[in-house]
Amino acid sequence: MRLLLVVALDGLTYASWLFLVSAGLTFTYGVLRVLNLAHGNLYALGAYLGATLVLSYAATGYTPALAYGLLFVAAVVVGLVVGPLIERVFLRRVYSRDEEVQLLLTFSISLILEDVVKLVWGVNPIFADMPYTYLGRVRLGGINYAWYPFLLTAIALAVGGLLWLVVTRTRLGKVLAAVIADREVSLTLGINVPRVYTWAFTAGAVLAALGGALTAPMFSLAPGVGAEVLVTSFAVIAIGGLGSIGGAALGSIIVGLARSAAVYFFPELDLFAIYLIMALVLLFRPQGLFGEIEVRRI
Amino acid sequence: MSRHSKVHSALLAAIGLGIFAGAAPAAPPAGAPAELKIAVVAFLSGPASGPFGIPSRNAADVWIEKINREGGIGGVKVVPVFTDEAGPADKVVTEFRRLALDEKVAAVMGYISSANCLAVPPVADELKVLTIESDCGTDRVFEEAKHPYVFRTNSHTVIDGVGAARYVLSLHPDIKTIAGINQDYAWGRDSWAVFQRSMRQLKPDVQVVDALWPKLFAGEYSAEISKLLVEKPTVIFTSFWGGDLVTFAGQAKARGLFDESMVVVNNTGADIKDIAPGVLIGSRGPNGIVTPDMEKNPLRKEFIELYRQKYGLAKNNYIAHGAYHYVQALQGLRAAYEKAIKAAGRWPTTEQVAAAFEGLEFDTPSGRVAMTIGGGHQAVQPAGYAVLKYDPALGVNVFSEIRMFPAKCVNPPDGMKSLDWIDRGFPGAQC
Repeated sequence: MRLLLVVALDGLTYASWLFLVSAGLTFTYGVLRVLNLAHGNLYALGAYLGATLVLSYAATGYTPALAYGLLFVAAVVVGLVVGPLIERVFLRRVYSRDEEVQLLLTFSISLILEDVVKLVWGVNPIFADMPYTYLGRVRLGGINYAWYPFLLTAIALAVGGLLWLVVTRTRLGKVLAAVIADREVSLTLGINVPRVYTWAFTAGAVLAALGGALTAPMFSLAPGVGAEVLVTSFAVIAIGGLGSIGGAALGSIIVGLARSAAVYFFPELDLFAIYLIMALVLLFRPQGLFGEIEVRRI
Repeated sequence: MSRHSKVHSALLAAIGLGIFAGAAPAAPPAGAPAELKIAVVAFLSGPASGPFGIPSRNAADVWIEKINREGGIGGVKVVPVFTDEAGPADKVVTEFRRLALDEKVAAVMGYISSANCLAVPPVADELKVLTIESDCGTDRVFEEAKHPYVFRTNSHTVIDGVGAARYVLSLHPDIKTIAGINQDYAWGRDSWAVFQRSMRQLKPDVQVVDALWPKLFAGEYSAEISKLLVEKPTVIFTSFWGGDLVTFAGQAKARGLFDESMVVVNNTGADIKDIAPGVLIGSRGPNGIVTPDMEKNPLRKEFIELYRQKYGLAKNNYIAHGAYHYVQALQGLRAAYEKAIKAAGRWPTTEQVAAAFEGLEFDTPSGRVAMTIGGGHQAVQPAGYAVLKYDPALGVNVFSEIRMFPAKCVNPPDGMKSLDWIDRGFPGAQC
C-alpha cells in the first residue's frame, strides 16, 4: 500500500511536469496545425532566463519567496518577445505550404535558438535551485519529498483549468474553435485570423517558456536541454492526441505513472516504458486517445 | 651613444644571441615536414561540450602553444585542427576519414565518447593514421581487438569502478547493501558492471538491492530517488556526469538522500562545487582533484597556470578531467615522436612513431603514465578517491580522506580482460 502511494505520488508529480512542458506544444498544433520543433528551444530560453533572474535575485539577499514570481516573469518575457517574432516573421509565410516545409522551418529556428542560448549563456551548466530547496520537504509514505514538485502539480492544474476555461467558456474560445474548424469561413465572418494565429502561437510560446522556467530550479541547465524535452513531449501528445489539451493531460498522467511504475517494478524498462505505451496506444488509436481523425479537404 | 657603449651593446647583444642560440631547439631532422598537423577531436556542441569537450579543446590549445614555444615536436611546429565530435558514430568516422584524407593530418587525437572510441580504430588501422584516444572510458578498445595505429593515453574505466569499490570498503568495511543509479547507455552499464562485480569479489556477502537505469539527460529523478529512499542501501554508486550529476545531486540533497546512504560518484570534475558534502568522489583517474604528489608536479602547476591565463578559472574551481586527459595525449605524442626521431636519426614514419609509442612512459600533469597493457597501447594510471567536505572558511567543497590506489592495484595485467580479472579475484593486483 505504502509502495503504491509512493509510485502514485512520483507518477503524478512527473505527470505535472510533463503536462506543463507539452500543453503549449499541443495547443499550438491545435490552433495553427503546425508542429513546432522549436518548442523545446522556447522551453530552454524560459529555463535559462528564469535561472538567470533567480540567480541575480539570490545575489541581492532579499527573501527567496519572490523568486517564484521571477520564474513567471521569465516565461512571459520569452513568450511575448520570441513568440510573435517567430509567428509573424517566419511561420506566417508557410501556413499554406506542405507540412515538410513547416517542419524544416521550425527545425531551422530550433537550431538557431540552440546557438543563441550558447552565445548568451555559454556551455557551462547553470543551476538555480533556490526555489526548489527553499520550500523544504515533507514526509509522505515514510520518505522525504521536496515540496517544489507539488507546487508544480498545483500550477499544472491551474494552467490546465485556465486553458479549459478559455477554450470552452469564453468568446475567445469560440473564435479559436471557429478558426480551427475552418480558417476561410472564419475570415469571411470577420475574424482577424492572422491575429488569432499570432496570439495562439504566443500563448503556446509562453506555456513552453513557463514549463522551462518552472523546471529551472530542479534541473541543471546545459546545451541541448530543450531537445530532450521535445522528444518526451512528442510522446505525451502522440498518446493524448495532437492538438488536444485534455489529451495532453491524460497522456502526461499515463506516461508519468508508467515511468514511475517502471522504475519501481522493472527498472530495466525505465527508458523503454514511455515508448512502449506510445506504441500500444498508436497501434489501436493512431490518432491518439483524444485525437480526431482528420478529413482531408480537397 | 659613445663608441664604448656601442661596443658594449654589441657585445651584450652577441652574448644574448649566443645564449638564445644555445637555448633554441635543434634544427628539425632530415625529412621533417614544415608543420605537424594534428587533429584534436572533442565535443564542441551538445550536452557533453560544457563539462568535457570545450575544457578539453582549450587544454589542448594551451598545451600545443606551450609545445610550440619550446620549439615544437622534434623542431617542427604543431598545428591543431579542432573538430567537433558531436553526432552519431558514423558521422564521427566520416569526419575521421576527412581529417586523414583531406586535411592530411599526421595524427588524430581526442574522442570522449566510448562509442566513438570503438568506431574509430578499425578505420585508423585501415588508413594507417596514428590515433591517440584521449578521454573515453570503455575497456573494450584493446580487449576485443588489436589496433597497431591506435593508442589510448588515459586509463580505461576499470580503475574508476575497482578504485570506487576498494575505497568504499577501506572507509566502511561492514557494508551490507549496494545500489546503482546509472545512465542507460554504454558508460553507465560498463561503470556499474565493474563496480558491482568488484564489490562482490571484495566482499562476497554484499547484497545488490537495486540497479536503476534512467535515460541519459532524463533530468527528472523523483521516482528513482524515492525508490532509493525506500530501500536505504548502505552505498549508492553512480556514474552520472555533467548536468545529470548536478541535477541528481540537487534533487537528492533536497530530499535527504545523502543522509540515508553513502553516495559514490566515479566521474566528477569542475562540478564538485555543486555536489553535497559527504559524497565520495573520483575523477576518472588522478586528474586535477585527486593527484599523487600534486605539489611536487611542475607540469600540473604549469598547466593550471596556462589554462587560467588564457581561459580563466574561478578561485577554488577545478579543471575538468577531460582537459588533463588531452594534455596527457599530447605529452604521449611528443614523447613518442622524440623517441622515434632519436631511433631513426631522421623524421620517423608513422609506423616508427607507433613502434616508439608501444610501452612508452611519460610525465604528465596527472603524474607518470605508462602504456603497459593492451599490448603496450593502453595506459594505466592510479585511481584516486576522496570525500567531499565543506570548508566554511573557504566557502567551497574541499577533499578529505584522500586515497590513491596504485596502477597495478586497479588495472588488470596485460593480456587479461578486465571483467575476467575482477571475477577471478584480481590476480596479480599489487595494492
